[in-house]
Amino acid sequence: MNLKPETLAEIEASILKYPEKRSAVMPLLHAIQKDVGFVSNEAAEWVAGKLDMEPIQVLSVITFYPFFRQHKVGKRHIRVCRTLACAMAGGSKVCDRMLKEFDTDLNGISPDGEVTVEFAECLASCGSAPVMLVDEDLHENLDEAKASEICNKIKAEAKNA
Amino acid sequence: MAIHPKEHRVVLKYADEPGYTPDIDCYMSKGGYETLKTAFTKKPEDIRDEVKKSQLRGRGGAGFPAGVKWSLVDRKSGKPIYLVCNADESEPGTFKDRQIMHKDPHQLIEGMMISAFANDVAQAFIYIREEMPKAAKILDQAILEAKEKGFCGDNICGSGYSCDLVVHRGAAAYICGEETGLIESLEGKRANPRIKPPYFPAVLGLYQCPTIVNNVETLCDVKHIMEMGADAFGKIGRPNNTGTRIWCVSGGVQRPGYYEVAGITLGELVYDICGGPLPGRTIKAIIPGGSSMKILRNGERFKGKNPDGSEYDWGVEDIPLDYDGIAAAGSMSGSGGMMVLDDTISIPAALANLMSFYSHESCGQCTPCREGSLWLKKITTRMVHGEARPDDVDLLKSVADQIAGRTICAFGFAVAWPVQSYIAKFEEEFREFAEQQSNPDTDRSSVKELACNHG
Repeated sequence: MNLKPETLAEIEASILKYPEKRSAVMPLLHAIQKDVGFVSNEAAEWVAGKLDMEPIQVLSVITFYPFFRQHKVGKRHIRVCRTLACAMAGGSKVCDRMLKEFDTDLNGISPDGEVTVEFAECLASCGSAPVMLVDEDLHENLDEAKASEICNKIKAEAKNA
Repeated sequence: MAIHPKEHRVVLKYADEPGYTPDIDCYMSKGGYETLKTAFTKKPEDIRDEVKKSQLRGRGGAGFPAGVKWSLVDRKSGKPIYLVCNADESEPGTFKDRQIMHKDPHQLIEGMMISAFANDVAQAFIYIREEMPKAAKILDQAILEAKEKGFCGDNICGSGYSCDLVVHRGAAAYICGEETGLIESLEGKRANPRIKPPYFPAVLGLYQCPTIVNNVETLCDVKHIMEMGADAFGKIGRPNNTGTRIWCVSGGVQRPGYYEVAGITLGELVYDICGGPLPGRTIKAIIPGGSSMKILRNGERFKGKNPDGSEYDWGVEDIPLDYDGIAAAGSMSGSGGMMVLDDTISIPAALANLMSFYSHESCGQCTPCREGSLWLKKITTRMVHGEARPDDVDLLKSVADQIAGRTICAFGFAVAWPVQSYIAKFEEEFREFAEQQSNPDTDRSSVKELACNHG
């Protein structure tokens, strides 16, 4: 496993936090996914070795939790809430606008490799619906115009990167 | 700081005050951690008795009395006792714990450390959902600050009592809000809920040790009970419904948001505080406590007998806004996530939206739930797409009836209750909807957007 030194340090610190090693499986998968972008079979085997687990036990965790993925996504991970409060406030249109702006399909990687747009289940901010997460940033009270603004900002940031 | 004069803010007292920040100095400038210091002058069992006396009920969903939950902990096993804060706030409609963790994280830490001391807890965890990455970071930072000042970790307040606190991030699975699923997840497994009995967390919880799982708001309330005393806390709200509750209102009202209140009616929250429906619209139905709870139809009457024998006859707006009030109206206050559906909302399409949610979130271990939730999604979705079959409404009901009460955990009810209650109260609309959508000339764009399931 070719992980950044800070990822390895985070992993070692995480293991020490729990009375039983196995509890660190999710923190380790989070750290690896943040570093590499997804969790490969190789990573699952590496985590298993680290925590004295069987690889299948790690794989069973990866496949249960929607946030862990075994495939690449765009550089920015966009999750538009689709659950009732957001849907009542126009979340579907917001998502469509994001897909159109980036010329991409739901769950796919945009042609420029910049984004993956997905629907997410309730993001727990129903009072400011509709909402979406762009990586770790929550955007609230959206409409199609605001969605386009966010897209333009992401595109500008990609150009300047 | 109250947003509306009808609010009664205790937990969110400072949260929205200009200049109030999540750092420890700000918290301490308002008297923060003074209650924890005082707690160490008391006996743990006296703190437990005080919480029991306050009649505090869990704010996460089921409303089980927190003091009773604590009293069930097996203290003779010789095993370590664990405390887990359930911060997996995922019930659609609910966004109150988010406010506490983002704006006043030290209040939660203080509540947790008091609870930990009261229960001789060996280690405490905050299980926070993945979709709140910033809150997780804020909590991590707050714990570091609290450790530096001796309010958490080793030798807390010089008392000789030590308790580490660890933030554990989930990975987008709703079922982790179920306490035994949460424990499985914290053990590094799939979050499949456990069978009760024998796996009552108070006896066989995390690592098969006695474990307390409490909601974020509940643990904050513990701090306030110790600060003001159980008697004063008990005077807020009604008996058996003590303390304030943070209600989250979303959907068709003028001022959606979170409001901390006590002793008011559902109508006061929806009409006075939230401003009622948007101009030109009317309220059609209210989901009172998160998307799992049975729907209340505007216009129906809720009749029954009070414990003292007197009779009540309420409209939806008259329902007392607390555990017993909403239970008397045939639903539950759940996690306090109220969704208001106005007259533009199609009930069958709203149900299709929720069935996509539940079929996605079923953990899959019980067949009635795994298969049934998927069928509920398929049937409601085909209704939205104009492909309903003549007996689909009856089929929906039949599938829901076969899930409720036939699963390991309460998720089965959470799937079934919306279906059962929406059909019971809007059956005519379902039948008309199925027929109307099947007409090839019907414009289905708005109901498809509401179902929002791309199925």
